Amino acid sequence: MLYLQLFWTYLKIGTFTIGGGYVMLSMIEREIVDRKGWIDREEFMNMIALAQAAPGLIAVNSAIFIGWRIGGWRGVIATVLGAVLPSFLIILAIAMVFQNYKDLPAVEAVFKGIRPAVVALIAAPLIRMAYSAKITWATAIIPIAGALLIWLGGLSPVWIIFVTVVATLLYTYLVEKRNKKV
Amino acid sequence: MIYLQLFLSFLKIGLFGFGGGLAIFSLIQHEVEQYGWMTQEEFVDILAISQVTPGPIGINCATYVGYTATGNVWGSLLATIAIVIPSLVIMLSICKVYFVISSRFQHNIYFTRTMHMLRLSVLGMIGAAALLLIKPINQPSVSFIDWSSWAIFTVTCALTILPLFLKTTDSNGYSTTKRAIFSKTALNILSHPIILIVLAGIAGYIIYR
Repeated sequence: MLYLQLFWTYLKIGTFTIGGGYVMLSMIEREIVDRKGWIDREEFMNMIALAQAAPGLIAVNSAIFIGWRIGGWRGVIATVLGAVLPSFLIILAIAMVFQNYKDLPAVEAVFKGIRPAVVALIAAPLIRMAYSAKITWATAIIPIAGALLIWLGGLSPVWIIFVTVVATLLYTYLVEKRNKKV
Repeated sequence: MIYLQLFLSFLKIGLFGFGGGLAIFSLIQHEVEQYGWMTQEEFVDILAISQVTPGPIGINCATYVGYTATGNVWGSLLATIAIVIPSLVIMLSICKVYFVISSRFQHNIYFTRTMHMLRLSVLGMIGAAALLLIKPINQPSVSFIDWSSWAIFTVTCALTILPLFLKTTDSNGYSTTKRAIFSKTALNILSHPIILIVLAGIAGYIIYR
């Protein structure tokens, strides 16, 4: 039963990977390419590029692509449910239980310790990400300006994304047009 | 009306969410602040739990924010469905034309340049998310309450960054001593988000109890 297999594979990936989309991708590769052989490695690489380029969560995007590619509409329902359901149920269980204990002094103390660590876990990966985005002193202006506009200016990050896309497309268009003339 | 707010907000987050879970934090943070769905403490705790539970971080965060904002399952369901809808529409449209564009799009200059610029912008968004947690505008920080908070922050940063600089091969590409490889492996395990969160929790218990 193909749809059940798709659902089960994604349910397994959703249940046993911690750390979000990028961690899930390596497990998806192992399950879908190596073990099941549903798509080959080259197509998998194309899929990753598409899943990253499209807006939304990478894990969900990849689930949609693979579900569609292998099982059409019903495949998509199977993979997306498989990818989302474990998260949804686990978080719901935690949220309901945590509600009752969050005011205990011991729990409060633990979270006072955890909060600065969470900020570090958001800030520290920036170094690796900046490196892989091939940042230079000149292009560093873009993230710095963006961060300040959001932080101090209260600008919505949506605008940052929107302006980035529109400005880049326009700039590329103008440069290409000038190159053709020369 | 909170349900409509939640639905529209997460629809927007799904539509503009580029660059993975951490970048999506920034979008969620803005909506949470704008509508005042929860306290700062509640939001940071959600970020912590989203990172150490299985599954996509964005789904974890959406489900949890939906629950905390409304206090029931329907909020969770609505937020989770809303964040997935834009993905469904856009990815399925891409899939339909996939065989036409195949892999050529990856060499298209409009595509490559936009992706490069987006990666840079996303850095700024993640940076802003961290800055807003360190020092929110017009209110005191809940994450940094005394010098111990800064100590925990510094140690966690150091442990996350350190494995990047530890080399297990020499300049000729040969692997160095067994000991170097062992310490690298140990550090990789120690720098895992779950271990770091657990350690920070233990530190918090000892310091603030």
